[in-house]
Amino acid sequence: MRQQGTLHRILTTDLPVLAIVFFAMAPFAWMILTSLTPTAALSATGVSLSPRGWSLDNYVRLVEQTSFLKNMLDSLIIAGGTVVVGLIVSVTAAYAFSRFRFAGRKLLMLQFLLINMFPIVLLILPLFVLMRRFNILDTHLGLILANATVAIPFAVWMLTSYIGAIPKSLDEAAMTDGCSRLTALRKIVLPLTMPGIISTGIYIFITAWNEYLYALTLGGRNVRPVTVAIQTLIGEYQIEWGLLAAGAVVGAMPATILFLLVQRRLIGGLTQGAVKG
Amino acid sequence: MSLSISSPVQRRATSIWRSERLLPYLLLTPAVVVTVVIVFMPMLQAVYTSFYDLILFRPSASRFVGFGNYVKLFNDPVFWTALWNTIIWIGLTVPLQMGLGLVAALFLNREFPWRGLARALIIIPWALPSVVIALMWRWIYDPNTGVLNDILIYLSIVQSAVPWLADPNVAIYAIIATLTWQGFPFFAVMILAGLQGIPRSQYEAASIDGASTWRQFVHITLPGIAPVLATAGLLRVIWVANSMDVIFVMTGGGPGYATHTLPLYAFVKARQNLDFGYGTSIAVTFTIFLGAFVALYIARTMREVER
Repeated sequence: MRQQGTLHRILTTDLPVLAIVFFAMAPFAWMILTSLTPTAALSATGVSLSPRGWSLDNYVRLVEQTSFLKNMLDSLIIAGGTVVVGLIVSVTAAYAFSRFRFAGRKLLMLQFLLINMFPIVLLILPLFVLMRRFNILDTHLGLILANATVAIPFAVWMLTSYIGAIPKSLDEAAMTDGCSRLTALRKIVLPLTMPGIISTGIYIFITAWNEYLYALTLGGRNVRPVTVAIQTLIGEYQIEWGLLAAGAVVGAMPATILFLLVQRRLIGGLTQGAVKG
Repeated sequence: MSLSISSPVQRRATSIWRSERLLPYLLLTPAVVVTVVIVFMPMLQAVYTSFYDLILFRPSASRFVGFGNYVKLFNDPVFWTALWNTIIWIGLTVPLQMGLGLVAALFLNREFPWRGLARALIIIPWALPSVVIALMWRWIYDPNTGVLNDILIYLSIVQSAVPWLADPNVAIYAIIATLTWQGFPFFAVMILAGLQGIPRSQYEAASIDGASTWRQFVHITLPGIAPVLATAGLLRVIWVANSMDVIFVMTGGGPGYATHTLPLYAFVKARQNLDFGYGTSIAVTFTIFLGAFVALYIARTMREVER
């Protein structure tokens, strides 16, 4: 009886889930297999499915013959900078939204929600013109600011809901004990919100790391993040799929690993709003 | 509490209350200033530019043309092609993502030992950079060496290799398939959270009453996740409409104009022809079209904030 139940579960649950997981994973797994197959073998016999045909040849070439490591550094600086800028200006804003009821609160919150909906194409062209005027095209600063257009409104909304979840009575108690508002924010609210701040920061990092259109348009020569660099791995005469795949795997790794590490908490935060509605 | 004499405590409370009236605005200043400078100023600049005939690197030839760019737009056949493609693009991608996401969520909501692992693995497409996704699928779709044609020919589903991204009738659907793959985990995760919010007792009561699985799904599950579907669906319409990076890397809008969507057309115009005036007017028009969905979404979300 019990065995039958297990069999039934395997047929109706485990196998379908396995199929969905396979569907979700297969393309990237194929990319990894491609990156492990040396280029010569790739054009002769195709992607090698068995470990005997694998080598790190493409990865070695990626590190030795291209500027990929420097591109990784560019991406790191930009994504890290976006996290810092995004979090610093958003924490106080989120605190104001969650702790005060003031004239214009709704309008200002609406403003941050609205920004998130703007088509990137509408911003990218004027940002190009503006940044050219201020001479920050193709710099880290320029790309950090461009990514902040996405990061700030997102962070404000996420942090507002995280801080809102911390009981007001805690900072009120601290203020009765003689703390000022800002001390209460620093000593009570910030430490309690830290998990939320960290997962928001990680999400900003992932988004900024993965960003492509700003990087292509507003950077690309001196400052070339991995997303742009991967595309330049396409060879001059024919597409070098092996090298390209190696670049794609390495370029996607940091964001993917971070995502897997924090997915539980992240998804909690992201879905809260939608579920409540 | 005595109202006649103001005790020191009360006076202190009043002064805190006074400074508290300004404090929220002070706290908001950095975020507002930064967003005004990097979002709202460029926005206004965009609207302003769309009234000019501006070819970048020939700024001296720039001149005011009023609604000239917009008139040109409505007489531009490529604009109408791109608009139609945008409608197909959103109209197919979002329901497909939602449908697949719903199926995935229903399975993930069941009890099985490796549920946590499965949930983590399924969201991998969501975490990948879109440029990697685009290149990956170009490799899968490749007419000569792509694995998709290999599989389909092996299974005798097609007789000869299909040029997925080079055939103007097929290309947009190939990209829609890619985007469905990229976006379904988002729905799966959102819907799963919604499913877990439905009380188990409702199902128990229904099965005691003898309701079939299908009736339970229609009368308990669907109403339970309807709010999530609406919010996530609206959000996704906006994101899918805006996302042009995958198309840009996969086909660049080609072959011909077969995979041009409105944002992509604006981007290509500005990037390749450096025609910023016209490009921006396309972007502004697109934003206005999208405005209806944005308004709906914002109305839903702001209802939450009114507490």
